[in-house]
Amino acid sequence: MFAYIVRRLLATIPVMGVVALFVFALLHLTPGDPAVLIAGELATDADIAAIRAKLGLDQPFHIQLATWLWSLARGDLGISIFTNLPVTRLIEQRLEPTLMLTLTTLIVSIVIALPLGIISAWKAGTWIDTAVMSFAVFGFSVPVFVLGFVLILVFSLQLDWFPVQGYTSISEGFLPFLANITLPSVALGMIYAALIARITRASMLDVLAQDYIRTADAKGLATFDVLIRHGLKNAAVPIVTVIGIGIALLISGVVVTETVFAIPGLGRLTVDAIVKRDYPIVQGMVLLFSAVYVFINLLVDLSYTLLDPRIRY
Amino acid sequence: MTAPLLEIDDLRLHFYTRDGVVRAVDGVTYHVKAGETLAVVGESGCGKSVTAQSVLRLVPSPPGRYVSGQIRFQGRNLLDLDMAEMRKLRGAEISMIFQEPMTSLNPVLTVGRQIGETLVLHQGMDQKAAEARAVEMLKLVGIPEPERRVREYPHQLSGGMRQRVMIAMALACNPKLLIADEPTTALDVTIQAQILDLMRELKSRVGAAIILITHDLGVVAEMAERVVVMYAGRKVEEASVDDLFARPRHPYTLGLMGSIPHLGSSLVHNAPPRLAEIQGVVPSLREEIPGCAFAPRCGFATERCGRERPEIEELAPGHFAACFEAERVAAQFAEAAS
Repeated sequence: MFAYIVRRLLATIPVMGVVALFVFALLHLTPGDPAVLIAGELATDADIAAIRAKLGLDQPFHIQLATWLWSLARGDLGISIFTNLPVTRLIEQRLEPTLMLTLTTLIVSIVIALPLGIISAWKAGTWIDTAVMSFAVFGFSVPVFVLGFVLILVFSLQLDWFPVQGYTSISEGFLPFLANITLPSVALGMIYAALIARITRASMLDVLAQDYIRTADAKGLATFDVLIRHGLKNAAVPIVTVIGIGIALLISGVVVTETVFAIPGLGRLTVDAIVKRDYPIVQGMVLLFSAVYVFINLLVDLSYTLLDPRIRY
Repeated sequence: MTAPLLEIDDLRLHFYTRDGVVRAVDGVTYHVKAGETLAVVGESGCGKSVTAQSVLRLVPSPPGRYVSGQIRFQGRNLLDLDMAEMRKLRGAEISMIFQEPMTSLNPVLTVGRQIGETLVLHQGMDQKAAEARAVEMLKLVGIPEPERRVREYPHQLSGGMRQRVMIAMALACNPKLLIADEPTTALDVTIQAQILDLMRELKSRVGAAIILITHDLGVVAEMAERVVVMYAGRKVEEASVDDLFARPRHPYTLGLMGSIPHLGSSLVHNAPPRLAEIQGVVPSLREEIPGCAFAPRCGFATERCGRERPEIEELAPGHFAACFEAERVAAQFAEAAS
């Protein structure tokens, strides 16, 4: 097991290396001179030369690549062109809102989806099942930004229960934090909850038809114990897999949600950087998201061994 | 005479499916006395398993529905109990062993946990006491190194061992009635004998009554005191084991006996070269059968059999059969035996 973790961690190095090369190429595959593009239409030759020097574009190609990889290895993601701040610092500043939004969204969607999925599998074929699955289809088909605006309209503007937009750090108090994060989490979590509910239902349906569930019933266990202790644990592997895959989905959803709710997070940082062609930031973000994704995959794989004793690495 | 432990009285369980009503159990009556072993035999689809599962109310409803009848356990009609009361009986007073030891144990829980669960539930033991008792139970069912095995998962055990675990689980709370649904069918022949020996031994120790569901008359002869033969959702014959083998009165029972392979039988002079089988297939239970359900496959059938259904009658003390031609059947068997 330990050897497996070490092996998997070592395996992330070439993966991240390939991502790094791709990200490096991003700057060079852009048609035209990136310095000209970044500088904009009103720039003078001197401006362009300055940008070129700053990005190291005046260096030979292999030197550029070596410098880039070397600074990456030291954890240096370069300097933002427009703010002149290190990209790592910018990410640091914006990390909390995004991390929190991702976390609360995960919690919201799992708390909604697991019970719904389990109940609809347990009551398969009844009106409850139909209602839950209709809700899932609805959740899956409404875009995040539409749901976000509807939620703001109803719960912030009409009912005045929540603030319209913005973010309050958890260090400034839990309740204000909660007030701000609730609507974005629900808006973003709905699509995700729909996904998890569907897979939970499918996986539970399969498990509930198994002989060992009948054995559990024959022992006199309460329905809850049969469903959770005997059912859910067996159904967990596909569910956890989908939750893991869904985190990739979340990353793109976070960008939209942060825009709708004006949350100063990594999503906004990325969008702004792309619009302004602030390449070092874009590169840093792509690297960061890739690393997160690789890491989540590892966690998902490792969680299998906790859930199913037949899986051993 | 004391009242039987379990009485199934004119039980009718029908399945309401899209293609129509399936009369899986159509007026079955039998009883088990305390400490007795009753065998229920019949082909696949004759309703023997569904009847037994009805005792624990394990048949999913819908589609299943009890149309009539009673299942009385110690005088209480189980069909009248609510689910909470039913759960108190399950695993504690009545427990069940299933056919497939490979799939009947939960793959993600340890063996000890699965045995201990019933003890925690029904006897209020804490986890630790339950695990200690689980070790004892594993020892009792003859699993070597029970202290180690108790922490293992089902996939780490062989088929025979898993069935032993099932038995340990079923007997953990000292039930009064054990329903064993084809407990040896999925096992190797050598393991089958071991499991049957184990069941016999534990039965004498625990004193539980057993309903043994099987299609294997060899197992019946070895294990049971009384036999119920079922066909197409009905009981067609009931007798003590000795009576049944000495003087079968239903042609279906006769057919079942003819289907047992005997070692070296084909070497006997003039013996038929192949195993005698019962011609035809079990009838569909979707349509109401006007006469005797076995008539189309029966060598003794007369015109009356297709028209009128024979009721079950006591033809000799303790020997019941539902056949108009019962005496002819018995006579032919006696003739063939001599």
